[in-house]
Order: sequence, then C-alpha cells, then structure tokens
Amino acid sequence: MALDQSFVGRTYPPTTPYEVGREKIREFAEAVGDTNPAYTDPQAAAALGHADVIAPPTFVFSITFKAAGDVVRDPQLGLDYSRVVHRDQKFAYMRPVRAGDRLTVTSTIEGIKSLAGNDIVDVRGEVHDEAGEHVVTAWTKLVARAAEEA
Amino acid sequence: MTAKVSYESVEVGTELPAQSFPVTRATLVQYAGASGDFNPIHWNEKFAREVGLPDVIAHGMFTMAEAIRVVTDWVGDPGAVVEYGVRFTKPVVVPNDDKGVLVEVSGKVAALLDDNQVRVDLTAVSDGQKVLGMSRAVVRLA
Repeated sequence: MALDQSFVGRTYPPTTPYEVGREKIREFAEAVGDTNPAYTDPQAAAALGHADVIAPPTFVFSITFKAAGDVVRDPQLGLDYSRVVHRDQKFAYMRPVRAGDRLTVTSTIEGIKSLAGNDIVDVRGEVHDEAGEHVVTAWTKLVARAAEEA
Repeated sequence: MTAKVSYESVEVGTELPAQSFPVTRATLVQYAGASGDFNPIHWNEKFAREVGLPDVIAHGMFTMAEAIRVVTDWVGDPGAVVEYGVRFTKPVVVPNDDKGVLVEVSGKVAALLDDNQVRVDLTAVSDGQKVLGMSRAVVRLA
C-alpha cells in the first residue's frame, strides 16, 4: 500500500539534547579501530585547532538515526519498520562534533516514493548545538523492502 | 583545522594510501555497543537468515566509518572533512570465525574544488564485491 504523500515536507520538533562526552567519543573511535589522537587527546585536538576532542565523522549518525527512526516509526506514516534497510547516508559538516556539545536534531521528511513495491523515505536531520549553531546535516535514505508474496 | 596535505600537492587522479580493515563478529558486537545500533542482523545468525540474509552482516555505518579513515588518515585532521556520503550497495557478510572478513578501501582525488577543497572518491570492496556505491568525501586541504 502506498505511503501517505502528505508526510512530505513535515518537520518534527527538535529532539532532547544529546550531550557528547569524551569517553563516548573514545569508545566509538575504539570500536571502529581509529587511533587518530584528535579523538582521544585534547592536546592533539587543540594542536589541530579544535576546542576539545572531536568525534569521528560518522559518530553523529547515532544521534540522527535515532531521530530519523522516531520519525519513520510514526504509526500514521505506515512504514513497515521491520523491513527497513539503510540505503544511503550523507553528511555535510559545518564543523566537527566535539566533546561538550549538546546536540539536538530537527528531522524533516524530504521525500516518499514507492518503487516496485519498495517504500523509500528520505529524512533530513539538522543538528544544532546549545547555542543554536548549525553543526551538521545528515541525509538518511531508508527503504522498506516489499514483502514477499505468500 | 589543520590538514597535513597541501592543496597544491594534489591533482585529479592522486591516489590516497589504500587500507584493509578486518571485521569479525567481535568487531560488530563492539560497534553495536558504541553506536547503539543493536539490530540483530548484525549479531544473530539465526535472525539474519530468517530475514533472507546469507549470514550476519556488518552495519553499513561501520563500513562507512572504516572507509573515511582512508581520507582522515591521509589528511591528518578528521575535522577537515566537509562532506561525506555513500550508498550501501552490498552487505559485508561476516563469518563466525576469528578471521572474519576484510574491507579493502582505496581512494583518489576526483575533482579540485574552490576554497582548497577536493573531492575524493572511495572504493570499498569485501569478498570481491563493491560494498559502497557513490562513496564520496569533500575535504579541505592546507
């Protein structure tokens, strides 16, 4: 069944702030095996011009994906979340995410399409810090695969 | 932001040092915890097969995180990355052994842009298959 097109353009209220911690960044960098000292050593980060340790480029997805998930799980949208796969991901960074940031995500549904029974939803997440500064934009394309015929 | 590669030193076609990243089941468990993505297709073989996958697969975002390291290791400052996008074209299938699988990533400068920025196109291959499509990063050089 085709998804409700009236959801296109809908923007959801900002999420509650996520506080980025040094140890969470360290944990993430270790999980992806990345030893760049900018992620763990404040002095190394400062030498590169950063106010504190910065997060790896894909770190912010943990925050934006949760926000996008809340959007596409809206029961009124009718997406079968159990069949959802992640198709595309893109980020545009105004500055790197850094320890001490308190980040909110404002999600907008940018597009809804049905192709060969697959439902495709594009969500844009605008990430701002506590001062209202724009930090990063994340575009997430999710596809709910068509259910197999019985 | 202090990149260690100068804009003047690169041209279209400049190759970045390629890298291979091993992925095991343990890697995926660790990434699940760090990222908060506990989808069972990334750790539960039975569940993965039930939804039609050949085996447990890596998080697309894990592969994306590995691939950009070819850029951030090259440029030195991860904060120099201005844009980064990928399409997840094939899953990275991770066998249940201590060797796991390799994700091999290479990259080259595809375009010189304004403001000391360049576009790097990345290729990520696992088990002979391209696992990322349209994998591109824009990075600001010194």
